[in-house]
Amino acid sequence: MDFGLDKKSNSLKTFNTIFIVIWLLLACFPFIWTFWGSFKVRADFFSRADWWYAITAFNTLIEKGASFTKEAYSGAWFEGEFWKASRNTVIVTISVVSISLFLGTLGAYALSRSTKNYAFWILIIALIFRAMPHITLVSGYLFPFFQLQIWGILPTTIVVLVAINQPFTLWLLYSFFKTVPKELDESALIDGCSYFQAFRHIIMPVMWPGVITAGLFSLMLAYNDFTVTALLLNQENHTMVPKIQSYLGTNQHEGNLMWAVSAVVSATAPLFLLVMFFQRQVISGLTAGAIKG
Amino acid sequence: MPNRSFFWFFFPAGLAMILFIGLPIISTGIQSFYAQHDQILIEVKKCDPFGCKTSVVVDQEATSKIKDEKPLGKFNGFGTYIDRNHLATDQVSEFWNESKSVGEFIGKVGNLPFYKALLFTLTYCVIVTPCVLLLGFIIALSLNAISRKIRGPLIFGTILPMIVTPLVGSLVLFWMIDAEGIIGANLQILMDDPYLSVKSSKALTWITIIIYGVWHHSPFAFVVFYAALQTVPQEPLEASIIDGASRFQRVKHIVLPHIYPVVTFVALISLMDNFRVFEPIIGFSAEGSAQSLSWLIYDNLVNEEVILFGSAAATSIMTIVGISIILTPVLLRTWKEFRTNR
Repeated sequence: MDFGLDKKSNSLKTFNTIFIVIWLLLACFPFIWTFWGSFKVRADFFSRADWWYAITAFNTLIEKGASFTKEAYSGAWFEGEFWKASRNTVIVTISVVSISLFLGTLGAYALSRSTKNYAFWILIIALIFRAMPHITLVSGYLFPFFQLQIWGILPTTIVVLVAINQPFTLWLLYSFFKTVPKELDESALIDGCSYFQAFRHIIMPVMWPGVITAGLFSLMLAYNDFTVTALLLNQENHTMVPKIQSYLGTNQHEGNLMWAVSAVVSATAPLFLLVMFFQRQVISGLTAGAIKG
Repeated sequence: MPNRSFFWFFFPAGLAMILFIGLPIISTGIQSFYAQHDQILIEVKKCDPFGCKTSVVVDQEATSKIKDEKPLGKFNGFGTYIDRNHLATDQVSEFWNESKSVGEFIGKVGNLPFYKALLFTLTYCVIVTPCVLLLGFIIALSLNAISRKIRGPLIFGTILPMIVTPLVGSLVLFWMIDAEGIIGANLQILMDDPYLSVKSSKALTWITIIIYGVWHHSPFAFVVFYAALQTVPQEPLEASIIDGASRFQRVKHIVLPHIYPVVTFVALISLMDNFRVFEPIIGFSAEGSAQSLSWLIYDNLVNEEVILFGSAAATSIMTIVGISIILTPVLLRTWKEFRTNR
């Protein structure tokens, strides 16, 4: 809303700037703080004596002889086997993204080009499926998966995440495909292409922005998932997020809090970098469903 | 597109959804009518030089045999739905007869596990959703007034809380408000109470989780509102400035009516997301004072001794009913739009 008529008063400008600064502090400071603290020893980051130690690194200096230590990271990654968890996360994420994009583009293309009633009903059902809390679905999976003895392995989790992801991917890609003019593939059909050829050679090349956006969202879902991975994977196959939870400890065994801190930082950093590069796509994806009315 | 091609294009995605979303819902429904087997007890006579004693022990062999025969458990009908851990119909009617005032009755019912969880879930939804809408809208308005050149990094900073998974987000905050963390320690100094701990008080735990919810969801509302603000037409705004409308009047009479459809969209999406709140409870280790419906299901599924499939399934079905109630207005609206567009 910046145009000549709208003269903002100085006090309003100042107030606005202060508000934004406070909000950004609230939004970002917890992450900066955790990142900073992950290079300290536990006695500093969770200091009984004085929280100021987390900044001055009082105990870290005594214990390690330097004000920064990589101990939490080496502990979590090697002793805590976080490398295994991150390897599993990479496998799960790549598989989920590629499979769900493959299924999603085909399905959403069909939905966007069909004028029949059932296409509408399928979209409605997808919307209902999208609203289902994942934990209720998991409570439906566990028993059959135990019976079929496919519980605990990565392929099961990948397929489940792809399916859970499908409704959102379909809606997102559907709204992108709707923006591609119908005349484009109709002319290809007249020239003798099959629907699949039109899809493959005419539509897909102009759909890349949409596909990248949908891919990012599948990636975030698979990467961030806790409910499905924590309950459907056995200890050995845990991905990053359930692994972080296991470091927290339970009543039965004591956890290692600094491992959890460094694991949180390790898991969050790639995600932040990704969003930094693809910010435009993330935002267009979030708004795709909303900005029509 | 002809039906035949539609079928083949849609088949893989449809199959995945039917197998792993449709069938599990049905499977949950079936499981909710079954309960785990009782353990078969036998009396064992043990004799030693000092005399004979009979004791009751679990017959492991018979128990596992009956488990193998009927892995789903015994048929329980609606038994699980009305037991003490779910709708607790007996207890509720008992409380109703006993209690002298409505307040006492509500207090007693609020202590039953299911109603406790329902109460927290609804409180969370009812408080977090409007706060998210309001905060998201204010941030969007105020970022929109800032120079375009530095908006990019500011937007990145704003959406950070939304990108991380709720478990990680709540952990990061939890470590700060811990009595040994930066905010917790400073609160103790500020309140002059060295034993102040967010964990120990029920009210404080609820407030913390609600603040977390607003922190986590506001960026989503912000992004959608921000995009919607870019589409507000300039002419009516300019006209209203010439007519002498104040800033507040402009927002109320021009901007809000324009983005109204988006507001309902965001409200419904965040309502649905808030209804399934569960990871923050684990992140904040708040099981003691705050439980949600999803958390109850999770707790049944990670039960140490025997997984309570029936109990989890019954809670799931009731959660699905709750979601459906929230979802009805969206579906009605989409249906109307579809009818008018035809």
